[in-house]
Amino acid sequence: MTMKRAITVTVNGQQYSSEVEPRLLLVHYLRDVLDLTGTHVGCNTSQCGACVVHLNGEAVKSCTILAVQADGCEVTTIEGLAPEGSLHPIQEGFWEKHGLQCGFCTPGMIMASYQLLKNNPNPTEAEIRKGLEGNICRCTGYQNIVKAVQYAAEHMQTSATEPVGAGE
Amino acid sequence: MGISAMVGTPIKRREDPRLITGQATYVDDMKLLGMYHMAILRSPYGHARIVSINTDAAKALPGVIKIYTAEDLRGKVGNVVVAVPLGRIAEGMGIRGALAEGKVRFYGDPVAAVIADDAYTARDALDLIDIEYEPLPAAIDIEKAMQPGAALLYEEFGTNVAMSSHPPTDEMDKIFEQTVADGGIVVKQRIVNQRVAPVPMETRGVIAEYRKSDKSLTVWSSTQIPHLLRNFLAATLSLPQHQVRVITPEVGGGFGCKLNYYPEEMVAAFAAMQTGHPVKWIEDRSENLAVTVHGRDQLDYIEVAARKDGRVTGLKVHGISDMGAYCQLFTNVIMIAFGFPVSCGSYDIPVHLSFDVVFTNKAPTDAYRGAGRPEATYVSERAMDLVAFNLGLDPAEVRRINFVQPDQFPYKSSAGAVYDTGNYEPALDKALQIIDYKNLRAEQARKRAEGKLMGIGISSYIEICGFGPKGTAPVGLYESARVRVEHSGTVMVYTGASPHGQGEETTFAQIVAEEFSIPVENVMIMHGDTDSTPEGRGTYGSRTTAVGGAALFNAVQKLKEKMKLIASHILEASPSDVELEDGKFSVAGSPQKSVSFNDVALTANFSNTLAPGIEPGLETTVFFEPEACVFPFGTYVCSVEIDKETGETKVTRFVAVDDCGRQLNPMIVQGQIHGGIAQGIGQAMWEGVEYSEDGQLLTSTFMDYAMPIAEEFPQFELDHTVTLTTVNPLGVKGVGEAGTIGSTPAIAAAVADALGVAHVDMPFRAEKMWKIIHQQKG
Repeated sequence: MTMKRAITVTVNGQQYSSEVEPRLLLVHYLRDVLDLTGTHVGCNTSQCGACVVHLNGEAVKSCTILAVQADGCEVTTIEGLAPEGSLHPIQEGFWEKHGLQCGFCTPGMIMASYQLLKNNPNPTEAEIRKGLEGNICRCTGYQNIVKAVQYAAEHMQTSATEPVGAGE
Repeated sequence: MGISAMVGTPIKRREDPRLITGQATYVDDMKLLGMYHMAILRSPYGHARIVSINTDAAKALPGVIKIYTAEDLRGKVGNVVVAVPLGRIAEGMGIRGALAEGKVRFYGDPVAAVIADDAYTARDALDLIDIEYEPLPAAIDIEKAMQPGAALLYEEFGTNVAMSSHPPTDEMDKIFEQTVADGGIVVKQRIVNQRVAPVPMETRGVIAEYRKSDKSLTVWSSTQIPHLLRNFLAATLSLPQHQVRVITPEVGGGFGCKLNYYPEEMVAAFAAMQTGHPVKWIEDRSENLAVTVHGRDQLDYIEVAARKDGRVTGLKVHGISDMGAYCQLFTNVIMIAFGFPVSCGSYDIPVHLSFDVVFTNKAPTDAYRGAGRPEATYVSERAMDLVAFNLGLDPAEVRRINFVQPDQFPYKSSAGAVYDTGNYEPALDKALQIIDYKNLRAEQARKRAEGKLMGIGISSYIEICGFGPKGTAPVGLYESARVRVEHSGTVMVYTGASPHGQGEETTFAQIVAEEFSIPVENVMIMHGDTDSTPEGRGTYGSRTTAVGGAALFNAVQKLKEKMKLIASHILEASPSDVELEDGKFSVAGSPQKSVSFNDVALTANFSNTLAPGIEPGLETTVFFEPEACVFPFGTYVCSVEIDKETGETKVTRFVAVDDCGRQLNPMIVQGQIHGGIAQGIGQAMWEGVEYSEDGQLLTSTFMDYAMPIAEEFPQFELDHTVTLTTVNPLGVKGVGEAGTIGSTPAIAAAVADALGVAHVDMPFRAEKMWKIIHQQKG
């Protein structure tokens, strides 16, 4: 057994202190230690993007980051994207435009879309498709995901919401 | 059906709130007290003899609870279930136990299972198991595997061929000779439908819990078939059926690959029974690509005869199906039971079918979205294009002249299937009109003149779905619905179908809301728990709405009749005069005399003054077994452009006109078609499972297996026609697989058209295209 390391991570605005194995992946820390199971593991090799969360405000694939690397950082997961009981415009977009079917890729897709719209609030269709190149969906053929992001872009112009505990 | 309030409306999905907020529960999201974790040691060889297994070091690792090999399971765990054991499979060829014994037959074949107190420890222990293998030559190429002297997977059978049929071709030969004598043509082509991986974004996973005190086993599994899985577990673990419960939590896609009974489900359940602790196994992506069933992998030799005007006079198909190393649930019959019946496609043509079904040292194949039908459709569509190419005719017109005509339905094809309803030409016309076919051909001519490679492809597919009619399957393929109207007027539905992304919680609620004329919010759809849902066959084969929806519709009608009877007593009218509209039962002709749906529900469930002979409560269970299959259809037209310098192919337009009968929720129908098209294009353009000659898997991560991404697709342009079926009371056909079936041949046709050749085998990756272009130049 490897020596455990103490880490302190702020997730969705709440601070957690834990002892973890240095090899523990951030995604497993979120899912198995903090019980935040909205972030999924889809490929283990950082291709599919089902595990995308925000680390200090930037989208990262949490299956290829160690929990110890998040020590002292702020993390936002799908559970913290919108205040309890409300939906972020991106979540609304996915619901309104049928941007999901089985839903497994959806949390990562939404978190990646957030980054995309942060970088480019008015993306063209081609820019959306290009911007989601790190996220794989097997159900939708991406067409309605594009529409969901377009919906979100329109609605975020009018109601800018910051995720809970979004750190910069 | 009444005035459509809910049915036909694109309401938002009721599943989505939990899915977009991260609150849904997939198998891997569950933790049980005292839960152990399982990891599987797998063969690194395609074919090898197991000389020895030493687990001592692994057992000594702190945290390791148990290690199982085939020896530990012998006599205690049965074999993987095969639905239709035919040919040599009936004699035991290709039947697998849960763990490999004596030999491993494909890369990833499970050899040992480690049970540990955490997932990381279980994985660590795999590295400490020492297995000595004696590698053997592998049978990888299917045609070589059929030759004498090939490496044999099952030596005792002396061959790798499990099933064959080569009926005499005399009659078809005569037709061919006559066609040639009359100035027609015969075209031959070898067609490869390559092996692909289904790849749901959620891999497989299972948790098994055994309560020793009452000998009850509960299994949570990411499966499409909870009831079948329960029955298989009971049979293979020698447990009474009623003491096994299967629950499917949220299931992250299936595409057919979760319509199976897998070794890991058996071993996890066995381990839970042995240890008394819950046991969890979650497949990683590399395991998923290596051991979860693959799809397609069919080779066809075809010969098609046609008159000069393009009318096809006969089609000979010799299909060779690559089963991989073992026979899973439907492995051996994917081609012959699901593909061959639609060999004629949408065309009124005679067909001659022969086949070989063969074992190779690769992962087992089985159902993948379409299962046999994409392969059969690929053949019939390529045949039409070969005729058009060789006669210099327009592929649209060759299809038109060969279509089954509207007045021929119900139509019995020469492959033996009876098509319920259809009207193929309007779908073709609509697709051609949307893409502006005439102008597109003109554009193609212009681009060709500029030296560019542009191609146009058409596919007029049919599919067979809604399995299955009485007497056609080894077991009844019915579906079921239990409906309960509660005293508050809300409705609980328990369905035997088991959705995993298809949105049945929405469409099924729409059926109930429509028929009871109540708000859709008042309906709850429950599925995926064998303790609460009536026996059903699961969700696959585009059957859920056509079979499960029909069961639900009939159940609702039954309760509606009872509610009318109760209402008639309240209204002091004849039951036959009572109508249900806008949530109220009223007497025909005097709408002011009414009682609400909710009051009748309250009376039925709570009152002690029901009329004599009326049983309290409002609950019923209905089973529906269709009399026949349904045959959705449509035409897809697309254009592609190939970059001469790089060989890169771009799909520039994709028009899909589908006819799946009545659409309960057009938004969901379109979503199914989008996804299906993407998977079909994925196969045509990029995807392919590949093995080395000695059986090493070369595509074991998403770095090597080309999963399509957003920027590779154009906007799909969708439209539809509506031809109702009479097979079920809803008039619905099924749409889950249509996109996959229709899109692959359309792309293949467009690529061949762009290159100006008769046929190119998929996938159309840049490297292959570049080579062809440069060979042409040379």
